[in-house]
Amino acid sequence: MKISKKDVEHVANLARLHLDEQEKENYTKQLNSILEYMEKLNLLDTEDVPPTSHVIPLKNVFREDKVRDSLSNEEVLANAPDAEDGYFKVPKIIE
Amino acid sequence: MEYEVVIGLEVHAELSTDSKIFCSCTTEFGGDPNTHCCPVCLGLPGVLPVINEKVIELAVKAALALNCEIAEYSKFDRKNYFYPDLPKAYQISQYDLPLAQNGYIEIEVDGKKKKIGITRVHIEEDAGKLVHAELGGYSLVDYNRTGVPLIEIVSEPDIRSPEEARNYLDKLKSILQYSEVSDCKMQEGSLRCDANISLRPKGSKEFGVKTELKNMNSFRAVQKALEAEVKRQKKILERGERVVQETLRWDEARGVTVPMRSKEEAHDYRYFPEPDLPPVVISKEYVERIKSTLPEMPQERKERYMKDYNLPEYDAGVLTDSKAIADFFEACVEKYHDPKTVSNWVMGELLAALKTKDAEIDDIPLTPSHLVEMLELMDKGTISGKIAKTVFKEMIETGKRPEQVVKEKGLVQITDEGKISEIIEKVIKENPKSVEDFKNGKEKAIGFLVGQVMRATKGKANPQIVNKLLREKLQ
Repeated sequence: MKISKKDVEHVANLARLHLDEQEKENYTKQLNSILEYMEKLNLLDTEDVPPTSHVIPLKNVFREDKVRDSLSNEEVLANAPDAEDGYFKVPKIIE
Repeated sequence: MEYEVVIGLEVHAELSTDSKIFCSCTTEFGGDPNTHCCPVCLGLPGVLPVINEKVIELAVKAALALNCEIAEYSKFDRKNYFYPDLPKAYQISQYDLPLAQNGYIEIEVDGKKKKIGITRVHIEEDAGKLVHAELGGYSLVDYNRTGVPLIEIVSEPDIRSPEEARNYLDKLKSILQYSEVSDCKMQEGSLRCDANISLRPKGSKEFGVKTELKNMNSFRAVQKALEAEVKRQKKILERGERVVQETLRWDEARGVTVPMRSKEEAHDYRYFPEPDLPPVVISKEYVERIKSTLPEMPQERKERYMKDYNLPEYDAGVLTDSKAIADFFEACVEKYHDPKTVSNWVMGELLAALKTKDAEIDDIPLTPSHLVEMLELMDKGTISGKIAKTVFKEMIETGKRPEQVVKEKGLVQITDEGKISEIIEKVIKENPKSVEDFKNGKEKAIGFLVGQVMRATKGKANPQIVNKLLREKLQ
């Protein structure tokens, strides 16, 4: 087993996911079987293959440095669950 | 035991573009909250970021000015973390293939040149601003700054004292300003600095446990925070304890570093390639073209000032520290024959006034022609050096031409010997004791009498004439 239950808990916490015990067990098993399957790829010799970061054959897609109109404050906040004085309002974050 | 300090700095500089890095919103500072935002920088579903070409140009320029190697192939990555200043829950940054690496900055330490290595320069987007409410359990978020283009400049752990750190930052700022990639206004957050610091026994090759310092709002604060942290770590080590690796916040008011409760318990950012942005491939020709647009750097300019204007090294250093000041100086020297006189005024009165006002030269109405005209009035004997200082102050405040100031304030120097004689007679009559002292050989007494004449004329009498006439009368 490459992935422990603790790893699953850690990743779930980073992703802000709340998992119950049963789910943790299930995902530990599933993630392990996925990773084991992917291990097969390691049988290939990739010594001279550069790592792939993009699959679309594009490069250098740029735009000109031109300012265009932004949204209005009302539009920006249209989907905000809560707002105050033009700001998004969020639960207090302690630093 | 003697310890060696090891410091590395991470500097974020805002690039001087008009629009944001991945969308067309303005990068202008300030503005009402959440009015410089669009679906792209707000991270709404279904949008596609597109790289601003100016960002690549400025970042390459900065990297070249910092003597870096530009990567032929570079890509963007997502740095994932949940914090309300990031609407997308990730920041677009560069991870394993940054734009540039292996540069250096040359600083001076005790009169000797020292190279501080630059590990890397990469491009990323800025986050939003959180405003913490005084009362109540909530925070307010403004996303105007989200997506403003930044470069992060990471130094090697080559810095050996808080003073060297300050030195490095001053030099870095001046290079970025010279190459016109960033305005480096710290008060507007265009330049921000975090520091890594550790101590190790002198002579040791291994690094000690480091801490990361944040929340320093000026170069002075960086230096002070580092000094405080050196003391703190030293005490811990001297007690035989271990430094804990953690992030500390500089508390400016109390002058101490305090632990920060972290945003995320582990720095586990799960970087992966940004699928929405194709890679950036930079040709040698492009690099050469940008290189050819780099202006003269501070060090070269300083050397030129010493050679062409015959200025002392100190003057040349102070004048070329800021590009704006050096440009001002050069504009004056083009029209005025004596560089050293110009240098004295710029380094003295001008820099002092800017410091008091906490202003940049662009913020005041004084232009090079103001200073040149004033110096010419001095040369003609219309005003004395002392009066010139008054004129200078007025010009800085109002932008009035020196001749107008002289006229309006009645500051024309008195050179009329008859008029000065009258005043001297009066001063001699009123100060018999000093006259007596002088006649008895007390040379100093004449200084007092000259002072009295200057006072009576509100500083307008020509001091050389006063001196000459006084001596004649007291013979």
